[in-house]
Amino acid sequence: MSNSVLLGIGETKTMSATPTTTSHAAAESGARKGEPPQVSFDVFRVLRDDGTLDPATDPKLADEHVVDLYRSMVRTRVIDERLVVLQRQGRIGFHIGSLGEEATIIGSAAAARPQDWIFPCYREFGALLLRGMPLQRYVDNMFGNANDPVRGRQMPDHYTGRQYKFGSVSSPIGTQITQAVGFAWAAKMKKDDLATLTYFGEGATSSNEFHCGMNFAAVFKAPTIFLCRNNGWAISVPASKQSASDTFAEKAIAYGMRGVRCDGNDLFAVYATVRDAIARAAAGEGPTLVELLTYRLSGHSTSDDPKAYRKEQEVEGWKLKDPVVRMRAYLQKKGLWSEQKQAQVEEETDAALKACVKAAEETPAPSLESMFDDVFAEMPWHLREQRDELLKGPRAKGHH
Amino acid sequence: MREIRYREALREAIAEEMERDARVFIVGEEVGRYQGAYKVTEGLFDRFGAERVIDAPIAEAGFAGVGIGAAMVGLRPIVEFMTWNFSAVAFDQILSNAAKLRQMSGGQVSCPIVFRGPNGSARQVGAQHSQSMESFYAHVPGLKVVAPAFPRDAKGLLKTAIRDDDPVCFFECETLYNVLGEVPEPSEGELLVELGKAHVARAGTDVSLISWSRITHVALQAAELLAGEGISAEVVDLRSLRPLDEATLVASLAKTHRAVVAHEGWPYGGVGAEIVDRLQRLAFDELDAPILRVSGADFPMPYNAKLEQACLPQPQTIAEAARKVCYRG
Ligand SMILES: Cc1ncc(C[n+]2csc(CCOP(=O)(O)OP(=O)(O)O)c2C)c(N)n1
Repeated sequence: MSNSVLLGIGETKTMSATPTTTSHAAAESGARKGEPPQVSFDVFRVLRDDGTLDPATDPKLADEHVVDLYRSMVRTRVIDERLVVLQRQGRIGFHIGSLGEEATIIGSAAAARPQDWIFPCYREFGALLLRGMPLQRYVDNMFGNANDPVRGRQMPDHYTGRQYKFGSVSSPIGTQITQAVGFAWAAKMKKDDLATLTYFGEGATSSNEFHCGMNFAAVFKAPTIFLCRNNGWAISVPASKQSASDTFAEKAIAYGMRGVRCDGNDLFAVYATVRDAIARAAAGEGPTLVELLTYRLSGHSTSDDPKAYRKEQEVEGWKLKDPVVRMRAYLQKKGLWSEQKQAQVEEETDAALKACVKAAEETPAPSLESMFDDVFAEMPWHLREQRDELLKGPRAKGHH
Repeated sequence: MREIRYREALREAIAEEMERDARVFIVGEEVGRYQGAYKVTEGLFDRFGAERVIDAPIAEAGFAGVGIGAAMVGLRPIVEFMTWNFSAVAFDQILSNAAKLRQMSGGQVSCPIVFRGPNGSARQVGAQHSQSMESFYAHVPGLKVVAPAFPRDAKGLLKTAIRDDDPVCFFECETLYNVLGEVPEPSEGELLVELGKAHVARAGTDVSLISWSRITHVALQAAELLAGEGISAEVVDLRSLRPLDEATLVASLAKTHRAVVAHEGWPYGGVGAEIVDRLQRLAFDELDAPILRVSGADFPMPYNAKLEQACLPQPQTIAEAARKVCYRG
C-alpha cells in the first residue's frame, strides 16, 4: 500500500503516567511492548474518478477476473432489487441486502483464499453465492421451505454454508466477530493455513463482541481480518452517534492492531487491502481491522423506511459513488463491457431468480417431524416423545 | 370508555411519568429520532428532548449498565430493549447487579429501574428473535416481573413499575402492540395497577385457564371454543409473574378444581412449572385432576410459518388440554 501514509502511533502517544507500584518492566519504563501498530488514516484507493486505475496501487487482476467480479456485483444488485419487490408483494417475509455495498462484499470475498472462512454479518449473500452456493438454495432460505439449507429454522438471509466455508448468520449484533477470532486462533493452534474474514457494520463496533474480538485477536495474533462496513447508518443511528472517534480504523490503535481505511466502493481497493491483510495474517503478523467506507443506499432492511431519518440529498451524493456504476465505467472505458453485456447479465439473473422463486414457492414447508432434528446430535427420549405426541395431536392435521 | 392500543397505553404511561417526575428518562436503540423500533416512544423525542429520550449505541450491556448507574444515583431510567432477545447481552448487568445491588450493599444502594421491550414470538422471526425470556428473569430474586395482556394493565403496570423502588422487568409483545382495549382518560385520574395482582379475564366454573401476556388472548379464544361444548372456562390473567398472586389462583381453583397453565416459551423449568408446583401445594385438596401445561415447543423456534404455528399454544391445543383435565373428549 505504497500511497497510504502509515503512521507509527507510538511515536506520538507514549504512556505518560508510569505506575510505580507494579513490577511490570514495560510499565515501569513506560516503554511500548514492541513495534507500534500501524494505522493508515488516508483512504486507500485504486479506482480513480476518471475511471482509470492508480498504477501505484493497482492489484493487477486479470481482465477476465475483473469482469467476473463485476458480473457478481450486478447479480447481487439485481437479486437485491427483485427480493425487495417480492417482499412488497408479500411473497417473502423479509430481506436485508447490500445495495451500494457490493464492492465491500464481493471485493473482500474474492480476495480470500479458498481455505479462508467467512463469518458473515447479514448482508453478505453475494459472498455466499460467490463461494458457490447455488442461487436456488439461497432463495429456498428466503422461503424457509423443505429445501432451505437451514431447514426453515431461521429468518430469510440467515443462511449457513459449511461446505462453502461460510459461517452462520446470527441475529444478535457482533456475535460473529469473536467466533471468527476463535476459529482463526484454533486454526493457528492446529497449524492450519487459513484466515477468517468477519463482516460487521460500524454500529457493531459498539458491541462487547467487537471489543473482545479485537482484543483477543491482537493479543493472540489470530489470523482474522475484521471487515467493518462503514455504511454510514445503523438503522436510523448515524455513524457519528455510534462512536466519537473520527474514524473506525483508528480503533485498531488501542488494541495494538493494524488498521486500514479503504474506499469500500472501489472493488480494486477492497481486493488489494484484503489480499494484503490475509498475506500478513498468513505470515504470522496477526489481524487487521479494515474500515470500508461505503453507504447503505437502501433502507436497513425491508422493514425500514429511511426517508424518516435521512436526507435524500445525502443518498443522491452517494449514488454518484455507486460501486457498480464506477466499475462499469471502468470496464467500458477499457472496452471490456457493453450495454449488451449489461442487459444480458441483468436478464439472465432475473430469469434465474424467477425460476428459483417459482421452484421455492412450489416446495412444501419442512415436515413437522423435522423440527425435532438437530436440537441435539442424537434425539433424546423426551423429544422423541414430544414429536410422537405432536404428530398425533390436532396440530398435525393437514400435515403428512 | 375510550379504546386505545396497547402501544399507546405504554406511551401514555411513559409520558405521564416523565411529565410527573423529572428523574424519569428512557434510553435504548432507536427510541428517539426513529420514534421507537415499534413506535412505543413515538413523539417522546420531540416532547422531552434528546436528554431524556436517548438513542444508545448498539450495546445492550452498555446502556443497561449505564441505566443501573443512573438509578443508583437516584434517577428513574427506563431501559428499552429492541426485543428482550437482545437483553441476553445485558443479562449480567441485570442478574448480577440490578437485582442484587440493594442486598449486596446492605441496603445502602437501590436500583429503581425498568427494563422493557417486546418478548416472545412475533410471527416468523426465527430462532434468535422469538424467545420468551420472562422465565429467566422471574428466576432471579430481587427482580419484579410483569407481562400484561391488555392496554389498561399495560398502562397501569408500567406507571407503577416506574414508581417502584426496585428493578422491574416489563414484558410486552410485538403482536400485542396493536391490540385495542378500554383505558380510562388521563383526566379520570391516575391509572395505577398494583404489581403482584392477577385478574380474572373471564369468569367460569369448570376449569381455570392460567396464562399471561399474548397467550391470555389465546386462552380467551379457547374458553370460547369450550363454551360451545358446554365447558365453562375461567381465564386467569396473571399480569405479574413475580410477585405471583397465589390467592387469586387458589380462589379460582377452589371454584373450578381443574387447571391448565398456558404460556409461550419452553416448558422446562419455566414459570408454568412454578405455578403448577404452588397450586399442588396450596390447593391440593381442591384438585380433581392433575394440572396440565400447554407451552411453546421444547426447541428453538422455527421460521417457517406452518412450523412456527405448530410450536405455539393455539386455542385448539389449550382447549384440548382443558377437555383432558375435565375428563371429556
Ligand atoms: C444485540 C443486538 N441488538 C440490537 C439489534 C438490532 N439491530 C439489528 S441490525 C442493527 C443495526 C446494525 O448496524 P450496523 O452494525 O452499522 O450494520 P449495518 O446494518 O449498517 O450493516 C440493530 C441495532 C440486534 N440485532 N442485536
